[in-house]
Amino acid sequence: MPETTYLDATELVLNMGPQHPSTHGVLRVILKLDGEKVIGTECVIGYLHRGVEKIAENRTYAQFVPYVDRMDYVAAVSNGLGYCLAVEKLLGVEAPPRAQAVRVILTELNRIASHLIWLGTHALDVGAITPLFYCMREREEILNIFERYCGARLTTHAFRIGGLQYETYDGFERDVRAFCDMFLPKVDEYEDLLTGNRIWVARLKNIGILTADECKAYGVTGPLLRAAGVRWDLRKAQPYSGYDQYEFEIPTGVNGDSYDRYLVRIQEMRQSVRIIRQALDGLPGGPIMGKVPKVIKPPVGEVYLSIEAPKGELGYYIVSDGSTQPYRVRVRPPSFVNLQALDRMCRGALVADVVVVIGTIDIVLGEVDR
Amino acid sequence: MRQCAGARVCDELMSADKPEGKPQPATKSPPAMAATAWEDELTRQLKQHFGSQISEFSTYLGQQFLVASPEAVIPILEHLKQEAGFDYLVDVTAVDYPDRPERFELVYILYSFARNHRIRIKTRIAEGVRPRTAVGVYPTANWLEREVFDMFGIEFEGHPDMRRILLPEDWSGHPLRKDTSILAMDNRWVKEHLGIESGQ
Repeated sequence: MPETTYLDATELVLNMGPQHPSTHGVLRVILKLDGEKVIGTECVIGYLHRGVEKIAENRTYAQFVPYVDRMDYVAAVSNGLGYCLAVEKLLGVEAPPRAQAVRVILTELNRIASHLIWLGTHALDVGAITPLFYCMREREEILNIFERYCGARLTTHAFRIGGLQYETYDGFERDVRAFCDMFLPKVDEYEDLLTGNRIWVARLKNIGILTADECKAYGVTGPLLRAAGVRWDLRKAQPYSGYDQYEFEIPTGVNGDSYDRYLVRIQEMRQSVRIIRQALDGLPGGPIMGKVPKVIKPPVGEVYLSIEAPKGELGYYIVSDGSTQPYRVRVRPPSFVNLQALDRMCRGALVADVVVVIGTIDIVLGEVDR
Repeated sequence: MRQCAGARVCDELMSADKPEGKPQPATKSPPAMAATAWEDELTRQLKQHFGSQISEFSTYLGQQFLVASPEAVIPILEHLKQEAGFDYLVDVTAVDYPDRPERFELVYILYSFARNHRIRIKTRIAEGVRPRTAVGVYPTANWLEREVFDMFGIEFEGHPDMRRILLPEDWSGHPLRKDTSILAMDNRWVKEHLGIESGQ
């Protein structure tokens, strides 16, 4: 007779992903279960690993710019901004004011687009199908603006080291303003659908709690940290690209659960619109490209520069050996670091909650795996 | 590493394309950067505690870093976390300088929410040296150190789960070492899996 049977087995190992629709790409999670309760998880990642850090060492500084778009492909503009700012810091150049303002507008539009993808897919995972259609509809408007500006919708390659390649198109300001006017009532619409929705609240409240101390211990940043009540946003803490000129709030939560993260991200979309409007109002004229040498050869040195990407702190650590190619580029991806806290958030929860927790972290596997 | 003739030709072609016939980065380490000294309350405190274990306090482009001996790194991290409020480990990474006797430079990036200040702790280790893990001080070091192991082959002593993280378990080599070439990796993969020459 076997020593244990299936009936008295207390532990069950269940595989989730990498082709599971609610793992947002190719994340594989191995769940250790006691009945319906999760007692441990293990993430298997790397399915999308393309070795961008190695590629960077074999490209010139300017050649590497399009590659960074392919990490967090939902927020490609943010990736480009972080990398360009880091190289600019190494070179000691600064983008002209007009370029900075246009960068802010595009980056904030991208933040909204990224949050819309998150909201739509997160709601879909939980069982609400309508928000996905609504979110995609509004995101389309943002992608249209990107397409008219630089010809691409997702992997935009919108910025260059030192500023911008393209001047804004005729009607850019009109389009962005029209989007802002159209978008704010739509956010109210999402809230009508979800904020007071009993199923939504029941599925998200008290799920995946991370306290502020836990966030710091696990290096978790972005909306997850703010939902735990920490008023910390790199746009305010260490302003870049002229963010100190704009007035905006840092929304925070109280409980650090999935529901608070939802509220924080909804508020962030509204704040982004506020920033975009201010940037449009004060949009300066002038050149769009700083004084960058034709051949980019930063002096020997290193720099770490990070920005507030939609998902958290996105950092670039670049070591220059004085040649045309970076000696080392390290990307500090917010999704990768935040995903590490999945285990902490899932323990003791039910299998169905794992789907909620994965959704609430807002990962993009292209960035986790790089 | 095995490298077929085609790859060598390609390597030569690629290096010929580069401006000024720059030597392959594979064996060339950058010279020293023009950093200036870093001195404030924090460095005085650290000097008092760790003395000669910290060999350099520098600042470059307004960013501060210190270079410490490998065995002092974890005590320094503990000290910075407990006494100076550096409660957030931003990143752990490494840089490979193959022609130095101490080949790898390990870099820890720390941030303090209270001070709104970011610093880097660097240490230099030779091939085969196993530095102590920082997981006990900062849980977030777990995956970050696994990635360093995966990419550079630096094993961390006392790490709870020292396995590859991004690459498959049966992968050979550590791609971010400077002596690993993309073309050679590609050729090998194509040969092994498709049984043909990659033609790159």
